Amino acid sequence: MNATLQLDATFAALADPTRRSILAKLAERELTVMELAKPFAMSQPAISRHLKVLERAGLISRGRDAQRRPCRLEVKPLAEATNWMETYRRAWEANFERLDILLDELKSIKTPHDE
Amino acid sequence: MMNKNSLIVTTPTDTEIVITRLFVAPRPIVWRCWTEPALVRRWLLGPPGWTFETCEIDLHVGGSYRYVWRSADGAPLGMRGTFTEVTPPSRLADRQIFDEDWTGGETVGTLVFEEVGATTKLTSTFLYSSKAARDGALATGMTEGMSTGYDRLDEILLSVVQSDSD
Repeated sequence: MNATLQLDATFAALADPTRRSILAKLAERELTVMELAKPFAMSQPAISRHLKVLERAGLISRGRDAQRRPCRLEVKPLAEATNWMETYRRAWEANFERLDILLDELKSIKTPHDE
Repeated sequence: MMNKNSLIVTTPTDTEIVITRLFVAPRPIVWRCWTEPALVRRWLLGPPGWTFETCEIDLHVGGSYRYVWRSADGAPLGMRGTFTEVTPPSRLADRQIFDEDWTGGETVGTLVFEEVGATTKLTSTFLYSSKAARDGALATGMTEGMSTGYDRLDEILLSVVQSDSD
């Protein structure tokens, strides 16, 4: 998958609260579908569908064990999505650092606008 | 750990971007920096080398503003907005759109200025017409140039990434 498609897939997968919750649980340890389904008011097939979305997005992988197929978190795409947010943040931060300087300047000058 | 001025970007819903930032200045001064053209043009800039060509603000409900930047190679980037709320020095809302819109319609922008002691907390919310538009807007941050060594993580992802290193 190229970088843009990967980001699309990552953000699409993260757009659902159940899937975010699944990822948070997998951050602690590997879990089977049954273990994952337990805390949710949701059928096992419904959880499996969410897992397929996460797996296609590369956010999780499934173990080889045919019986259990434990789910495991893959961190790299998450880190890349985070990096993307960070770049957006930096673009604004550059502007806001200029604004900080301007505010310092305005604070030190009395103008008719200020009370 | 983040310092107190740190800029935080979150995506609380599929169609929103929310930016919060603390400024060490009284609220009326921060308000002026967002609403007076002579002040806005001193900081609301694009990447290095870009110029702020047009900055016009007609500050009242129903009034509009017009921004045009020009990149180092001369390409213009323009946007306009119409104010839907002007409540100095605490709230400013508008509907905005870039000249070459890629987002499928207007974006609703809301700025909230709050006094926090002697500082001002700014919360800027962008509500896009779709999730694709929101994601596209996030991606434009990429043009600023890729830099690494980040020290902050998006709040949605923070717990997931952190616990994995355990």
